[in-house]
Amino acid sequence: MNTNSKETSVLAKQHRAGWFFLLPATILIFVLNFYPMFQAFIISLKKGSPAALQWTTPIFNNYTRMLQDKLFIRSVGNTFLYLLIQVPIMLVLAILLAQLLNNKDLKFRGLFRTMVFLPCATSLVSYALIFKSLFATQGLINSVLVNLGIFKENFNFLGTPWSAKMVIIIALIWRWTGYNMVFYLAGLQNIEYSVYEAAKIDGANGWETFWGITVPLLRPVIVMTFIMSINGTLQLFDESMNLTGGGPANSTITMSHYIYNNSFGQGVGNFGYSSALSFIVFIMVAVLAFINLKVGDKRD
Amino acid sequence: MTDTKLIKANSSAIQKRLIPTYIFLVFWCLFSVFPLYWMITAATNASIEVARGKIVFGTYAATNFKNLLAAEPLFKSLANSFKYSIVQTVLCLFICSLAGYGFELYHDKAKDKLFGILLLAMMVPQVATMIPLFRMVSDAHLLNTVWAFILPSISTPFMIMMFRQNSRNFPVDIMEAARLDGLSEFAIFFRMYLPVMKSTYAAAAVISFMNAWNSYMWPKVVMNTDTSAMNMPMLIANLAAGYTVDYGTLMMGVLFCSVPTMIIFFILQKQFAEGITGSVK
Repeated sequence: MNTNSKETSVLAKQHRAGWFFLLPATILIFVLNFYPMFQAFIISLKKGSPAALQWTTPIFNNYTRMLQDKLFIRSVGNTFLYLLIQVPIMLVLAILLAQLLNNKDLKFRGLFRTMVFLPCATSLVSYALIFKSLFATQGLINSVLVNLGIFKENFNFLGTPWSAKMVIIIALIWRWTGYNMVFYLAGLQNIEYSVYEAAKIDGANGWETFWGITVPLLRPVIVMTFIMSINGTLQLFDESMNLTGGGPANSTITMSHYIYNNSFGQGVGNFGYSSALSFIVFIMVAVLAFINLKVGDKRD
Repeated sequence: MTDTKLIKANSSAIQKRLIPTYIFLVFWCLFSVFPLYWMITAATNASIEVARGKIVFGTYAATNFKNLLAAEPLFKSLANSFKYSIVQTVLCLFICSLAGYGFELYHDKAKDKLFGILLLAMMVPQVATMIPLFRMVSDAHLLNTVWAFILPSISTPFMIMMFRQNSRNFPVDIMEAARLDGLSEFAIFFRMYLPVMKSTYAAAAVISFMNAWNSYMWPKVVMNTDTSAMNMPMLIANLAAGYTVDYGTLMMGVLFCSVPTMIIFFILQKQFAEGITGSVK
């Protein structure tokens, strides 16, 4: 009896210790993530200068206002354009590179892998400025194209809406393809080689093996990279800010950049409206992640 | 034919079939390395040479460096970046590993449920909490301090998840043995868990340091009123903000911003790769 109660007290002590270990992290996430998210929603129902916020009338005025906000709608359009063009291209390239690098017969595998992965070591601001300089009107790309006779005169890549968007997409592909490749490579290395041997004996070709074995087995990784990329693209900021400055004439501005401009960018911040915009971004992220998880969960 | 010859013939046939692969990879690697190579050469050339398309090393590095020092507080920002990144990494690793350890090795239904709730924080975009967080930091008079910089990033679901997943490899027998030896639960964490989980800590440290070093939007919000609190990404963004941009000087700044993370990348590439994929095992 005596030993029994002693044992339970030891167990209780362990139990308490367990909670104690996760307490700091949990409190921090609640205070610095969930509470601000809740606050953002409250602020999104208000208007006025940051020091003197008042409720809007009607209460959802900030939300109805954004439907007429052409600039916000444009920033949503730009962000989704990046999402729809850049993310699929990047992920397909990443799977392709991972598949090629997973070949045991390939020489210099380590070197190739390092070089494909290298862009991840640069900060977002750094690479945005590198690409800005490369594509400047007086930049390297222009001088090469003019010297080769492809262009007659220097072309203002960053001053023309369609090409400015293209430069951002190229830059994003440069920075993130290797990053995603690492996930696929890790996933591929978990697939037993014997599975491929068996497929070969059954007479499957490379294409069939890829769609029949690689893609289904990589599905969880693919879903995860999709969610991460969507999440990242919806929050694009550094590139829009530093590569194009959102221009020309806001043709490349992203949602986060527009929200930043509204709250901290120019003059007195409009915290209420910005919060409403940011709450919409939150809903988009959540909905798209949810859809992705549902699609990825489907068994066939 | 002898066996070795047969293998050789076979492997040369394999290599021949891989030629398109090699070509594709070489092109991709050129694409991925060239902008960085160009950045380094541009840092050694005068702006006018960079604009003309010079892509070999020049002799203008010292002048660019001098111009950079004259334009921006380079050493101050470098020191800031190191300070912010190191403090953030140490605190983040401590807090998140403690939580990962607790969630995995003391797990029960309630803790698993709580973990699921914490994971929801992954969906909260930075831009959405930016305004309330700014108000909190400003009310606490922490603007332009290291605390403002690190607070939102010292407890992240990603890191907790990484430590939780990797804690599965931690042998529970060690804990039982340590308890019989009379070690307290905290002593077990510090004396048993920490040394055994070294490689997880290394991977987490690389990823946390890089994230902190590269962080830009949040510092721009809370470090905006004091140039002596700037970090490196803010500094180079400032360099590029003028009407006439000196490419040589700008790329010298970008070089300084990139060298620390590049060095970490080349030395700890394995840990870096483990770090970004760490939580998905």
